[in-house]
Amino acid sequence: MKLSALHQSYLNRRSNSFRSPTSLDSSVDGSGKSLIAVFWLILHCLCCLISLVLGFRFSRLVFFFLFSTSSTNFYSAPFRPDLPVKHLDVHTIGRNLDPGANGTVAMATKSSRVVVGRHGIRIRPWPHPNPVEVMKAHGIIERVQKEQKTIFGMKSSKMVIAVTPTYVRTFQALHLTGVVHSLMLVPYDVVWIVVEAGGATNETGLIIAKSGLRTIHVGIDQRMPNTWEDRSKLEVFMRLQALRVVREEKLDGIVMFADDSNMHSMEFFDEIQNVKWFGTVSVGILAHSGNAEEMVMSMDKRKEMEKEEEEESSSLPVQGPACNSTDQLIGWHIFNTLPYAGKSAVYIDDVAAVLPQKLEWSGFVLNSRLLWEEAENKPEWVKDFGSLNENEGVESPLSLLKDPSMVEPLGSCGRQVLLWWLRVEARADSKFPPGWIIDPPLEITVAAKRTPWPDVPPEPPTKKKDQMPLSQGNTVVVIPKQQQHSTKIRKPKRRSKKNKHEPRPTDTTTQVYSSSSKHQERN
Amino acid sequence: MLSLPSSFLGSKPSHTSPVDMKISSCLSSILLFFLFSAFSAEQNVRTERISGSAGDVLEDNPVGRLKVYVYELPSKYNKKLLQKDPRCLTHMFAAEIFMHRFLLSSPVRTRNPDEADWFYTPIYPTCDLTPTGLPLPFKSPRMMRSAIQLISSNWPYWNRTEGADHFFVVPHDFGACFHYQEEKAIERGILPLLQRATLVQTFGQRNHVCLDEGSITIPPFAPPQKMQAHFIPPDIPRSIFVYFRGLFYDVNNDPEGGYYARGARAAVWENFKNNPLFDISTDHPTTYYEDMQRAIFCLCPLGWAPWSPRLVEAVVFGCIPVIIADDIVLPFADAIPWEEIGVFVAEKDVPELDTILTSIPTEVILRKQRLLANPSMKRAMLFPQPAQPGDAFHQILNGLARKLPHDKSIYLKAGEKELNWTAGPVSDLKPW
Repeated sequence: MKLSALHQSYLNRRSNSFRSPTSLDSSVDGSGKSLIAVFWLILHCLCCLISLVLGFRFSRLVFFFLFSTSSTNFYSAPFRPDLPVKHLDVHTIGRNLDPGANGTVAMATKSSRVVVGRHGIRIRPWPHPNPVEVMKAHGIIERVQKEQKTIFGMKSSKMVIAVTPTYVRTFQALHLTGVVHSLMLVPYDVVWIVVEAGGATNETGLIIAKSGLRTIHVGIDQRMPNTWEDRSKLEVFMRLQALRVVREEKLDGIVMFADDSNMHSMEFFDEIQNVKWFGTVSVGILAHSGNAEEMVMSMDKRKEMEKEEEEESSSLPVQGPACNSTDQLIGWHIFNTLPYAGKSAVYIDDVAAVLPQKLEWSGFVLNSRLLWEEAENKPEWVKDFGSLNENEGVESPLSLLKDPSMVEPLGSCGRQVLLWWLRVEARADSKFPPGWIIDPPLEITVAAKRTPWPDVPPEPPTKKKDQMPLSQGNTVVVIPKQQQHSTKIRKPKRRSKKNKHEPRPTDTTTQVYSSSSKHQERN
Repeated sequence: MLSLPSSFLGSKPSHTSPVDMKISSCLSSILLFFLFSAFSAEQNVRTERISGSAGDVLEDNPVGRLKVYVYELPSKYNKKLLQKDPRCLTHMFAAEIFMHRFLLSSPVRTRNPDEADWFYTPIYPTCDLTPTGLPLPFKSPRMMRSAIQLISSNWPYWNRTEGADHFFVVPHDFGACFHYQEEKAIERGILPLLQRATLVQTFGQRNHVCLDEGSITIPPFAPPQKMQAHFIPPDIPRSIFVYFRGLFYDVNNDPEGGYYARGARAAVWENFKNNPLFDISTDHPTTYYEDMQRAIFCLCPLGWAPWSPRLVEAVVFGCIPVIIADDIVLPFADAIPWEEIGVFVAEKDVPELDTILTSIPTEVILRKQRLLANPSMKRAMLFPQPAQPGDAFHQILNGLARKLPHDKSIYLKAGEKELNWTAGPVSDLKPW
């Protein structure tokens, strides 16, 4: 009841609030009371004048504080809440206002410990959070959430079996690290089957070992071809190899296909726990052309098209289940490749849109028991995996089924896009340091002043070779600015200038000039 | 629940031979026992049964245990007030109106006053609202007095006991003291004519003038449909540690602070405004109910009066109430073990609130959440339309039933008078 006095008249409230001091002298009665009332009125007017002068509300209670003789219980009324806290760090005790003295004798026996009237606002000296307590609170929150999960969430969670086909190339570390981080965040048990084209290498092994997950690293001898079509065919082969591993090892869980350049959301892993046998999710397709200008042009074109023909449905970049109004699966939405006809990338490093297959494997999840030889309750609409004939052309996981209508649509029937498909690769001839460790360290120093191109960053002070002797093994690396803005990686230009301990001025100058001339040649 | 097997056995028809009947009854009782224990064991994982001090009284059925007679008062005491201002149906004092409606159609109602255990006067003292919607209690004493005069002159039952077997619903700030300011309310005290009657009120504070010993404390009215419309799935993790929305300083009436909430709300703000664990502010978010369901602790500090609808909201949304109000008497305190459900913090301990809350062991917190999850607990706090078993109406009737049978001493002998009809401020004696 915070607005209880809102509609009371101002005078009434005033009279009420200064009745509280008078009640302390409740023993005085009759004429004494009226004298005191007059006194307080005068005091009140005085305080009003002082307030007008000072500019903030000067509480009468200061006088009361001065004149109070009754008890040692005093307090400092906080003048204004927005004044600095330092003034208010006095622990105060509430004024002892006895309501019982007001009323009848019967009420005197009911005097409570809780008193009516003005109380001090208690503030501790350091009103800031204590880090130990914050940690304890987070522990409590975690425990409560765990309990919530056990009661309302998953009853029992199944293991996630991730299947990733990969091969060593420049962008492998980029893509695979993304998958590593996603899988490390999954709150369930994970088995990661990594199938590598070109044999199991240390390169890949190092990356996947950092995840700390249980991994099965399988190598196949074929090398990855450099057209997208052949690559996807080989990837299908690699995935089937992984599924054979699942069958042989009798891994029990939910198989999902984590392509190494895909992006998974955490809700995806929660959602696939709901699959009974075979499920499908919606995949966001990011068909990226690699050429920023063309992208911009296509965006503008699309806007124009949208203005002209509003009826035209935009090519929805989602591949996933299509449901009717009763949430039953009736088909699949497929990425519309018509706008890109003839303009899509063929070779892996083409500057064109990379298009997905008709149905990407990553949009499907299956219960690993479907692959086993003997599993109880295995549905009849699943082909036996052991007798799968690969030469017939396995395009999508639907080839494992006799009846594709039994697939369960996940993610509220495909309405939630839980993962994204993207293919970005570097040029076929791009090189990168093995393991992304630069060893031996590059030793290049170039005095920025001496280079011909104007747009260089200001030189750091250690670069003045002719003035300061540079210690051996100086490892200042200078990588020149890129000439073009392109997503493609160029070969890092290695300049093999070795810096001598005490450089001879003539030598260095000639060397510098020769390097700069070399640059000019290259340019 | 465990009483059912015996009743089942009792009602089993016996057409077979005694030995057969004995065997079959034993088998069925064993089967039933296992079924029930399995069922209750499963239930216990999620929720815990609330055993009140009187033992599972929340699920008692008042029908058959008491009879209530509803006086026929002219509509100027009830219907006309409501017609004048229908806002009375939605504010937090609407319990008085809904109680009337419930009693009119309840099986405990009797049309024969001679067999009634309790007498109810359908009067809405809190239905005189300002334009902004706040009830003005200034005329309520006169209205009450006029109603009592009416019933004492038209029926003999008031004079028989001087109101000791009558009950009144007075949900206003300080109950039957009929004032919104505590000092004034204390000064007035409970209306003298109601001193022998049982008061059903929301206000409860120990050793306070406005709480009579035999009163029944009820929760304030909170609209059940509105709250149920805002439920979120229970698996959404609770990530807010402490939650509170409301005023800390009542700048209109008490700008300096110190009067409002006895300084407790201001202390909460000053001590914890920088604390990320405390999600406290004066905002009015549209997601207030949803946020409560994502919080572990919800503060329920006193305001101008110690009670607040926040308690009801916290219980319904499963947020552990942190009650900061010294000596407060919570609703249905004899049926609900509030100590086990909520956390009580003394007003002087508010600066250490974070230490207190973080030092509660996690098992205790989980147990409190399980108790709160019990649906009978949530039902007991609400006034649904139409009434449902176990709701607040039934708890009130249970409370009244627990006070039966009436002591013989309440019946006054002829000519004996206990009440002083001229007591109280002079302005109260004016007719209404």
